[in-house]
Amino acid sequence: MILKGKAIKYGNDINTDVIIPGRYLNFVKPEELAPHAMENLDPDFFSKFTKGDVIVAGQNFGCGSSREQAAMCLKYAGVGAIVAKSFARIFYRNAINQGLPVIESSEAVDATDNKDVLLIDLDKELIKNVTKNLRFTMQPVPEFLQGIITAGGLVPWLQEKSHS
Amino acid sequence: MASTIAEKILARASGKKEVKSGEIVDANIDLAMSHDNTTLVSEIFKEIDKENVWNSQRIVIVLDHRTPANTITTAENHKLIREFVKKYNIKNFFDVGEGICHQVLTEKGFIHPGMLIVGTDSHTTTAGAFGAFATGIGATDMAAVWSTGKLWFKVPRTLGFDISGELSKYVTSKDIILYLIGKIGADGANYKACEFYGDTIENMSIDSRMVISNQAMEAGAKAAIIPPDKKILDYLKLRDKESFEMIYSDQDAEYEKTFEFDITNTEPQIACPDKINNVKPVSKLTGEKINQAVLGSCTNGRLEDFAIASDILKDKTISKKVRMIVVPASRSVYLEAIKKGYIEIFLKAGAIIVNPGCGPCLGLHQGVLADGESVISSTNRNYKGRMGASGAEIYLGSPATVAASAIKGEITNPKDMIL
Repeated sequence: MILKGKAIKYGNDINTDVIIPGRYLNFVKPEELAPHAMENLDPDFFSKFTKGDVIVAGQNFGCGSSREQAAMCLKYAGVGAIVAKSFARIFYRNAINQGLPVIESSEAVDATDNKDVLLIDLDKELIKNVTKNLRFTMQPVPEFLQGIITAGGLVPWLQEKSHS
Repeated sequence: MASTIAEKILARASGKKEVKSGEIVDANIDLAMSHDNTTLVSEIFKEIDKENVWNSQRIVIVLDHRTPANTITTAENHKLIREFVKKYNIKNFFDVGEGICHQVLTEKGFIHPGMLIVGTDSHTTTAGAFGAFATGIGATDMAAVWSTGKLWFKVPRTLGFDISGELSKYVTSKDIILYLIGKIGADGANYKACEFYGDTIENMSIDSRMVISNQAMEAGAKAAIIPPDKKILDYLKLRDKESFEMIYSDQDAEYEKTFEFDITNTEPQIACPDKINNVKPVSKLTGEKINQAVLGSCTNGRLEDFAIASDILKDKTISKKVRMIVVPASRSVYLEAIKKGYIEIFLKAGAIIVNPGCGPCLGLHQGVLADGESVISSTNRNYKGRMGASGAEIYLGSPATVAASAIKGEITNPKDMIL
């Protein structure tokens, strides 16, 4: 799986309340959630965003509540992947279950600026900063988790398994 | 091989003699809890296309987040959940008004030492105060649990926290855990199982221990376990829970790191906007004006919290510049607080009492903040926009600090209220 998009950079401890505020948690449909993605942090996020863009962030991305809507709204908004120094554990699971690639690479985060173009090869576990012509490795992901991401999330993965 | 409590519970639940940290296990879930977000779980569950849930006895659903329904959409969601529990014969359903899920689970005797518990709420770690491995998960993971009764876990490494020293008057477990988070950071325990022990913890009531296990999640804890003791046994005996194994870490178990804290001279602590680890002693903030004071939540809405707040508020009046909102963690806490006269003290002081539930903690109802306003709150999160407008400032403190600050209209050291 190869992804390409421009970086949108944020800092450390980006929490689920700023990714999707509590007032929208009554929504269960991704199309209702997506326009409110990152609203408490970056109100222009949805309008300036191009499908496939990559969120690049510091440590502990997605800390806070267990709300899966945080991963859902980013995925449906068209986020190609999130590259962070580290992820909070519940968000990490939720993102994989939604088929949203979550990639750990401190080096890539440090070297990437806003709007740099990134090329991510999930199979080879490589990140290329096209703008700066730099390459980085990523923390390896267990094979079964890669399978879930490639299938598009846990539900399609379970459906594929039950049909095979 | 010597093991920690967390490793022992995950080994037992995955049918193994022992497990190592870093290993991925497929574990059998003992209890699966969800709340208002059951709507999302049930939508996903339908996609997995199951006729039946794996075990309706092991599923608990508690409506607590927006209770009673605050909007038509919430009312529709609650209605769907009521239909769902009926269809799948889920008897352990607690409708609006019973209390916050974590409190209801313990009061109703669902929790005992050694269990593996998952909940679609990050503060599920609260049950760690009973020696259980309890952790938060998302809706898709829960739908998979409802379907199969199993979930994969990476066995976490354990951090040990040895807490010693006697707490002085009006210094509480909330101050201790905020202080620790200030030291280790908002991700200081990310992916880790935390184990809290030492004489301070041993001397704590169950209410106080639940504060530690609950708020530890804000440092990222995957589980926040306190070794069970006689207090836990006595509590469970009252709830007819007697057949379970008490699980402890082995003497030579391997911890990733151990911390020692002597809290003897610790002052009341405040987590300042808008980072949980932006923790300062209250004396650095005294005089900071507040518009609202909140006493409640799954962290600090229990009887002991009401006792300390009413001790400070007795025969006092809340500042005219402050709205004080009191939220009992459960119906049972509410009833006991009435019997003990706490509710009368709060009402006479000028507080507003709302129904048991999550209250204003997540910024939906029962006291939403406007831009430029400040709150002192005994809840667990001070993120930007958490309790209302993104320009509102949230200071977190103990119930004693909340009560003292409500009287003065500004952040106040509760120790200054000692006569």
